[in-house]
Parts: sequence; structure tokens; C-alpha cells
Amino acid sequence: MYEIIEGIIEAARLIVTLDPDVMAISARSIVISLTATVVATLVAVPLGAAIYFGTFPGKKSLINLIQTLYSLPTVIVGLLIFLLLSRVGPFGFFRLLFTPTAMIIAQTVLILPIMTGLTISALSGVDPVIRDTLRSLGATRFQFLKSVMKEARFAILAAVAVGFGRAISEVGAAILVGGNIMASSFASSTRVLTTAISLETSMGNISQSIALGIILLVIALAVNLVITTIQHR
Amino acid sequence: MIELEGVRKEFDGKSVLSGVTGRVERGEIFAVIGPSGSGKSTLLRLVDLLDTPTGGTIRIKGADIRRELGKSLSVRRMMGMVFQKPAVFNTTVAENIAVGLRFRGARDAAVKPKVEEALDTVGLAGYGERRARTLSGGEMQRVALARAMVIEPEILLMDEPTANLDPVSVATIESLVLRINRDLGTTIVFSTHDMYQGQRLAHRIGVLMNGTFAQVGTPREVFTVPATREVARFVGIENIVDGVVVGEDGNAAVEAGGIRVRAAALPGPGEKVSLCIRSEDLRITPADAAKAPPGRNALPGIVTAIVPRGPFSRVTVDCGVALSSVLSWKRVDDLDLREGSRVVVSFAPESVHAVGAD
Repeated sequence: MYEIIEGIIEAARLIVTLDPDVMAISARSIVISLTATVVATLVAVPLGAAIYFGTFPGKKSLINLIQTLYSLPTVIVGLLIFLLLSRVGPFGFFRLLFTPTAMIIAQTVLILPIMTGLTISALSGVDPVIRDTLRSLGATRFQFLKSVMKEARFAILAAVAVGFGRAISEVGAAILVGGNIMASSFASSTRVLTTAISLETSMGNISQSIALGIILLVIALAVNLVITTIQHR
Repeated sequence: MIELEGVRKEFDGKSVLSGVTGRVERGEIFAVIGPSGSGKSTLLRLVDLLDTPTGGTIRIKGADIRRELGKSLSVRRMMGMVFQKPAVFNTTVAENIAVGLRFRGARDAAVKPKVEEALDTVGLAGYGERRARTLSGGEMQRVALARAMVIEPEILLMDEPTANLDPVSVATIESLVLRINRDLGTTIVFSTHDMYQGQRLAHRIGVLMNGTFAQVGTPREVFTVPATREVARFVGIENIVDGVVVGEDGNAAVEAGGIRVRAAALPGPGEKVSLCIRSEDLRITPADAAKAPPGRNALPGIVTAIVPRGPFSRVTVDCGVALSSVLSWKRVDDLDLREGSRVVVSFAPESVHAVGAD
């Protein structure tokens, strides 16, 4: 018990004094996950819109599949990307394994299904009367699509926030394809909040783990706050 | 302006409209009335090209909207529609109203004065920068009306525009409809299940029943000479008596439930008819009062129920068939009516409208 309290006090000190290691790990976490979220958004939102507005055979099954992939285990994604990027894998020649780029790829793949699925839900959430109104006001096909997307913008933003939340909190893929490396330069290191917590805890550095855990929680809380604010608009 | 020929619509094999034929003239206010689920919304949606008919022809300004698909955007842009459920875009009131103009490529400089004018017309001047979602249902519906009006449609379609609104908002929307029609000459087609709204606003009424127009006519025609028993019931005729035409002293009459009723116009003997008699046309007098003038139907009976209705009472008398009349409270007191009172119900043959029994 005493150790835990001591850990919390030490954690507070690490945060308040802006401990360079802790800050670097936090910043790296945010940069990697944010990049993955941006890339995933660029793919998921148009893809979700195409699936939602399109009519093609197997549409329902595709949406079902996407929803199943919401709970894609992170280690499975990690393993898949590891195999693809490893030196014997098809993309080995890029030499991306154990780099932040590999982590971004893995996190992007991980959050694509949930962001695509939530984009589809966001668009289905637009009141049918709104859609009829747009058409009755003489919208062209393109104007119609644009306006429905605009009407769903807050729900789509929430989908983006959910994606970021999943990306920053996952550990399985990050450790498999990143390797939890603490190198001399910021850009070639792959240690992020989750992998660092995992390592520090296993080494008994409880206060370091608690400090990183608190930061991760604060980020998750901030994301949640953004989502609720958005959804109340 | 709008021509309908045998318009049919099925949803998953279930027929909603089974051959609607009719026409709406330019500059006219046409009401589609009918009970819930009679297909009113479906009909308006077909006209606005939001759904495609299963069969039949719809022509708008002469253009067959099913054949000339290339024209569908330009035809749709001639029309504006207001839906039953007030729905606004999640933006400001002014931007809501501007949507149709922006779709047509209008510039900001042109949009602003038009939006201001429309806001003023619907009584929402100064609301432009408010977020539309924060408005009340009645205000949202006025925004919807302004949004449809600002594109200056030749045809304005309104699907039960006041169904969910409070009485004050209903009155506001109704006076706007009349003004738009009068000042801009807009052809207006609206649906309602409120027959009195149809009567207040429309030049002509189409009564939609069982997927087809049971009657099309002026409000007066529909309310006084309904075409069928069902229409009569829908337009609020309380006394509908089924009987058979018989000859009587050279004058035809109808025998129903042991009584004989004279009517002004009847089909030949042996025909089954339903007699429609508006409760306002029935007079109730005490049984011992002077006899009714000759020629008038006079049926003795016993009061079976007196039910208050606003400032009036609905008095039901069993004369062999049940007939109801509406009397002021004072009249009920003066006549000393109560359940069991013996009275005479009288009415002119001209007040009796006969329709073929269904």
C-alpha cells in the first residue's frame, strides 16, 4: 500500500516537473496516434460515405463485417503488420519494422473498421426528412451527398475521436511492430505511453508507470470530453 | 398544372395508391384529405419525385415525369415541399432558408435580401442568426415554409404541415398559405386529416380513401353532398341511415328501420341507399308541440343520450333509427330535455342527401 502511495506522489512530481522522458513518451504517443487517426479519417470517411450511399450486392454483409472488425484484437493487427513488414515479408524491403511509421500503419489498420462503421452510422443517423428536404429543394446528386455529410459532421467527428481513443490506448500492435525502442533521437524511438507502462511495470518502476498511466487517462478523458461535447450539439 | 392518371403505388407488394386520377389547376389551393394511412403523404411524395409510382402517369406542367427522366431535376426545382415533421438543418436559421438558393448557384449578395424577406414573411424577422435546432416546432415549420418559398416554386406541396403544431402556429401557417397563394399565385397542394382545415384553405378538395379519390369537389360539395357513405362519415355527417327506396303517394321515400324518410332526390324504388343528414339540420321539438309543417319529415322518438360538446349538447333520439342533433345548452334547458323525454325530430326533405349504399 505504502509503495502505491509513494508511487502516486512520485508520479505527480514527474508530471509537475515535466520530466523529459515522460514528456517525450507522451508527445510521441500523441504524434503517432494522431497521424494514424488523420490517415484513417482520410480513408474511412470517404469509404463509409461510398458504402452508405452506394447500392451494390452484399452491402449489408459488408457493413456486418465492418462492425465485426470493431473488436479486432490489437495483437492480431500487430501480428499481421509484423508479418507484412518483416524482412521476409512482402514489404520487408521498405525496412519499416520497429519504426514509428510501422506503428502508424498498424494503428491505422486497427481503427479503420470502427471509423468506417461509425461514419456509416453517422450518415444513417441523419433524419430521413432532412434527406427528403434536400432532394425537394432541388439538390443535385453531388449537392445532396455534400449536404448529408455536412448534416452528419458532428457524428463523424465523434467517429474520429473514437478512432483516436482506440489508437492511443492500444498496446498489442504498438509493442509488436514498434518494439518499444528508446533511441537517442525522438523520431527513431518507438516507446509510447502504453508500451512504456507495460515495460516499467514489469521492471518494478511503479511511479513511472503511474505517471504515464495518469497522462494516458487524462488524454482519454479529454477525448471523451470532446465526444460528449460534440454529441450534444 | 398537375395531372394524375391512374397513379398506383405499392410498397413491398402492398398497395397504397390504387389508381388516383385528378388534376390540379394553376393558382389553385388543392387539399388532399383522408384518414390516416390513406396514402396522402405517398401521393405528395410521388408528385415531388421523391418516390416513383408503380403505375399510372403524373404530368407536371405537361411533362410526364416518368418518361422524361432527364427533366427530373428541373421539374423538381419548380416545386417546394414542406413535410409533416418539422426538420431543420443543423445550422443557422438564415442558412437553412438559403439552402435551396445555394443549390441553384445563387450568390451571397442575392441570397441575403431574399432570406431577410422570407424571414419577415413568416414572422421570424431577426431570427436569422439563431441556431435552427433551438426553435420550437411551430417556428421550425415556419422556417421550412420560408425555405420552400424562397426558391419561388410554381407548386408548393405541403404534407400535413400543421399536424403536430399548437393552435396558434396552425393559424399562422394557414394564413401564410392563403397569402402565398394570393400574392404569388403559387399553386398549392396540401394534405391534411383535418377536414375543417381543408374547408378553410382549399378551393377544391380531393377525398383520398382506400388509395383512390372517393370524391373531388369544392369544400361545399364535399361537405354537403358527399359522394359515398364513407366520405359522409369522414366529413363529419353524424346521421347516416341505411334503407331502401320505396314508392309513397307518388313521392319516393326511404324505408329504414321501420320509419319512412322523404328526401328531395332519390334513385328508383328498390335501390339500397344511405341517407346523410347533418345534425345541424335536425330540429327537436317536444312531442306535444304543434305539428311540423306539411312536407317536413317528423319522426317521434325518445331521447337516449345528451352529451356535452363545447358550448353545445349532442342530443341523440331513438326514432326507430338513432338520430343526433346539436343544441345549445339553453335550448336543452328550455325544452326540458332529459333521457327518456318524448320528442319529435323534424327535418326538410332537402336536408337529406342520399348516396348509394356501399
